[in-house]
Amino acid sequence: MAIESIKYAAPETETAVKTKAFPRPGQHTSGIIDWLTTIDHKKIGFLYGLTALFFLLLGGLEALLIRSQLWDHNMSVLTNRQYNQMFTMHGTTMVFLVIMPLSAAFFNFIMPLQIGARDVAFPRMNTLSLWCFIAGGITLNLSWFFTGGSPAIGWFGYAPLTDTRFAEVIGDMGPDFWVFSLQILGIASLLASFNFITTIINMRAPGMTMMRLPVFTWMTLIVSFLIILAFPAITIALAELMFDRTYGTNFFDFLEGGKPHLWQHLFWIFGHPEVYILILPAMGIVSEIIPVFSRKPLFGYGLIIFSGAIIGFMGFAVWSHHMFTTGMGIVATSAFSILTMLIAIPTGVKIFNWIGTMWGGRIRFDTPMLFSLGFITMFMIGGFTGIMHSSVPVDAQHQDSYFVVAHFHYVLIGGALFGLFAGFYFWLPKMSGRMMNEKLGKLVFTLMFIGFNLTFFPMHYLGMIGQPRRTHTYNEGHGFETWNQVATIGAMILGIGIAIGVYQFVNSFFNKKLKPAGKNPWDARTLEWTLSSPVKEYNFARNPIIKSRDQAWENKYGSRDNHSEKEPLDDHGVHMPDRSWCPLITGIGLFVLVLGMLFHQGIDASGELVRDYTFALIGGVVFVLGIIMWAIEGPGGYHLFPKESEE
Amino acid sequence: MSEAVALDHHEPVTSTGIPNKKVLMWAFLGSDCMFFGTLISTHLIYRKISATVGSNYLDIRDIFDIELTSFSTFILLASSLFMALAVSAIHKGNLNSTRWMLFGTIIFGLIFLACQVYEFTHFVHGKLDESGNLVHQLTLSSYQGEPHVFGSTFYVLTGTHGTHVAIGVFWLLGWLVYSFTGKMSTAHAIDIECCGLYWHFVDIVWIIIFPVIYLMEYAL
Repeated sequence: MAIESIKYAAPETETAVKTKAFPRPGQHTSGIIDWLTTIDHKKIGFLYGLTALFFLLLGGLEALLIRSQLWDHNMSVLTNRQYNQMFTMHGTTMVFLVIMPLSAAFFNFIMPLQIGARDVAFPRMNTLSLWCFIAGGITLNLSWFFTGGSPAIGWFGYAPLTDTRFAEVIGDMGPDFWVFSLQILGIASLLASFNFITTIINMRAPGMTMMRLPVFTWMTLIVSFLIILAFPAITIALAELMFDRTYGTNFFDFLEGGKPHLWQHLFWIFGHPEVYILILPAMGIVSEIIPVFSRKPLFGYGLIIFSGAIIGFMGFAVWSHHMFTTGMGIVATSAFSILTMLIAIPTGVKIFNWIGTMWGGRIRFDTPMLFSLGFITMFMIGGFTGIMHSSVPVDAQHQDSYFVVAHFHYVLIGGALFGLFAGFYFWLPKMSGRMMNEKLGKLVFTLMFIGFNLTFFPMHYLGMIGQPRRTHTYNEGHGFETWNQVATIGAMILGIGIAIGVYQFVNSFFNKKLKPAGKNPWDARTLEWTLSSPVKEYNFARNPIIKSRDQAWENKYGSRDNHSEKEPLDDHGVHMPDRSWCPLITGIGLFVLVLGMLFHQGIDASGELVRDYTFALIGGVVFVLGIIMWAIEGPGGYHLFPKESEE
Repeated sequence: MSEAVALDHHEPVTSTGIPNKKVLMWAFLGSDCMFFGTLISTHLIYRKISATVGSNYLDIRDIFDIELTSFSTFILLASSLFMALAVSAIHKGNLNSTRWMLFGTIIFGLIFLACQVYEFTHFVHGKLDESGNLVHQLTLSSYQGEPHVFGSTFYVLTGTHGTHVAIGVFWLLGWLVYSFTGKMSTAHAIDIECCGLYWHFVDIVWIIIFPVIYLMEYAL
């Protein structure tokens, strides 16, 4: 740590003195208080990653239960309702609590380092995003313990499955938990995205022009824009659903004039950009890794970024291809079909660019590269079946069959998760300061690759011969058994692979015997590799002045003109923001508010519905107080004076 | 701590020269457009579909009190002038004028909210016709006792807008109180400007809501 280098720490600022009632932890805080009040983007990224890996194991367990139920015809591992709950929770968990936060972990940790910033633009807001994400994860999983258990409505929550009158269990609270947890997770994503957009636009080091930004940072920017423009649709849809369920409005209630179809539109206006929110970060990661392990600059840098932006833009114009069988009419259906086919072009451009990067390169097959290659091949298979679905008549045949399940798992596991695992193997040495065991990494890749293909490739066939998805069992005589058993065995192998991988990631932070990573173990290209591993709390001892695109590479191999320079440290030193309790307090307030809203309804002695908002109000007051204290305490801060060599 | 350092805390040097808070605010407003876009689309989609439900033909004009809403629209638009003057005053360092303009914005915001509360209360309770029957009663779920969607989309849309106004009023109130602590300076101009951006945005949304939700019922 840099403690030795502090010659002078600024006196407590005026604002800090004024808020003695809730003193801010000082700069030397450690242990649990440090983790609860941290505003350091690296620690926040770590917590995002750790929590998301926990949910990955939880969601994986749910998937294995689903696969056990489908092992043979008419199995009874799960009842039909439990099965519905499992696929609902599996889908919701994997999308909102695993892939998105894993991406957010990398956004948090890597992006500020890549642009030469000391932190994100609003460090305390970043912490609030983290607490909102954790509160959302807890809320969703609390549903297991209350009336009706977890939601059994699918991750898409189609009306009228969410209608209270059609609930299998009287007073089913599952959908309520689903609605409120998604709302908090939405707040988390929105706050984080506002933060990342501001950071990338405004906090770049001198000389770091937009067209020198690493591709991963570009994808962070595009994904953040997708999030802030797509999430409002689901937020409003969920608010309308909440009003339907709690206050008797008729938005999606077809018995009283509402249109369930509207829910599908609102959901997929969010839901399709969401698909790109899940995949673009992985594409960014892969675009960083492939040049490093091919020892060549990225082929067609501008084109890759432009394609990413086009994908993001067009992602808003194809949502209805999830609804081809709902009867939207020929014009709408054709338009969405054509747009969906068009979106394959920018995606294909990216794939050709990655291949072009590898072409003629000196390729090293380390674990990050293996996962990246796995990403390209598997994502291509998922992409091809996606193009098949863009054709309306074909889609009508595939709708609600296992073929669709195969398609999106190829995109989300073979695509997003492989990309994220590549990112873990690539960047964890930077986070933990230690190299991971290559042999174990390759074993993880082998297990995951084989297990994944065994699980999901047969599903293409199963779908084609007619096995419906979201159905808890099948009868004898359809010929589904064999390939379902192959898929179940594959899922077990995949699960073992992922479990070993997660063990390896967590272990790399605690196992002191692992080899130290040093600044640049992979001979990588971007700015974060000029820093020590693990990165110091202030990131850059001196602000770097950027001269070229692959700065770390240029510093090592490039001409002297392209070497980065350092800004001198001025009298104030490095300004570090203070830790703060306010994000945690605000987050707890929000959590209590949500719980209060979930449990505000009751039945009194005469059987009348009574509403009691006490807890919701308490939560709301804590939430508002947290924000007021937040505003009063200000950013605060202290100053560090690290030596130039200490970064 | 020197003044230069204190300033540094508020406005760090940025790549674009635009303060971070302003970029954040614009990003938020972009997002907020989609919130209101979703709500307004929902309302428009349902507007004609369910004019007739059960035995009741719903002529929305029977419910609306267009004079009152025109008045409150005018008030909200006028509040934007106060807001703009408040921003201008803080930039010039005129604290006294800033206070008065903030006060004016808050009062006009409150008048708008009061009109909305009055409007909602009357819609929910309905009117009495000549023979003393309760008519034109619009609740969240029904019109004249029959299930209906108009109340759902109308209340949730205008209620969300009202909530935005209320949040704005609280925010401005916070700055008004802060202005009496003696710590307010031109360094806070960016904060007031962000309030202003938000306030004008909420105003602009109403400029869309008023014709699309109210006036259109009289024209089409």
